[in-house]
Amino acid sequence: MTTYGSKRIVTGAHYGLRDWMAQRATALLMALFTLVLLAQVLFTSQPLGYDLWAGIFSKQWMKFLTFGLIVSLAYHAWVGVRDIWMDYVKPVGVRLALHVFTLVWLTGCAGWAIQVLWRL
Amino acid sequence: MTDATQATKKNRPVYTNIHVTQIVGYRLPPAGIVSILHRISGLLMFFLLPFVIWMFDTSLTSEISYETFTAAFVSGIGFLPGWFIKLVALALIWGYLHHFIAGVRHLWMDATHSVSKQQGKSSAIVTLVLSIVLTIALGAKLFGLY
Repeated sequence: MTTYGSKRIVTGAHYGLRDWMAQRATALLMALFTLVLLAQVLFTSQPLGYDLWAGIFSKQWMKFLTFGLIVSLAYHAWVGVRDIWMDYVKPVGVRLALHVFTLVWLTGCAGWAIQVLWRL
Repeated sequence: MTDATQATKKNRPVYTNIHVTQIVGYRLPPAGIVSILHRISGLLMFFLLPFVIWMFDTSLTSEISYETFTAAFVSGIGFLPGWFIKLVALALIWGYLHHFIAGVRHLWMDATHSVSKQQGKSSAIVTLVLSIVLTIALGAKLFGLY
């Protein structure tokens, strides 16, 4: 069995397990983030407005969590969207182009979101 | 070869890849509907990601940009009217709710090994009903019905 060159084995144990696990771990983190954020919006005496909203995200532990969310979302979406391309798009050239587009789209979006978080 | 084995061999589908044109001919069980909607909602949110981050950006950056954020849902932004922005937000709400609930269903199945046919069906129906009811409730709030 070889893992390189033109005769490499491209399927087998553990090839998909890491991504499968990562997708579940990131999903769990995003679900928890949703509940934490929702709790802060709902269980407060402050009126819903800019002060409450910006106050939530300006706390250091919330920035920590939100940064984790952004990275998780990018990884989660990469695994999921790549699965869709792999299932439905057969021509290698088109699939490669879509993979590159997905990576650029996600890293660009992640950068923008982190920029918003950073200057807060 | 007997006639019986020949008959079964003839009826056996040789090529089972489903083509786009055949989709309507297939009757999906509830779990199948949840599964394909999980993909559709995921892809929808993937493409709307810049809009989500635009909302994140304008709602957080300053009090002035917060005004722009809230005004977008009333008087629109650029050539897009406010009701259209609300409609896109509603699509996001449905996408998030469906993806979230269907995802929790997956995690639940992974953790408890509940993979029986009946549980798959009932949890799929719960997913569909819950996501649609919550979407209608939040959508009514978004469009100012209550």
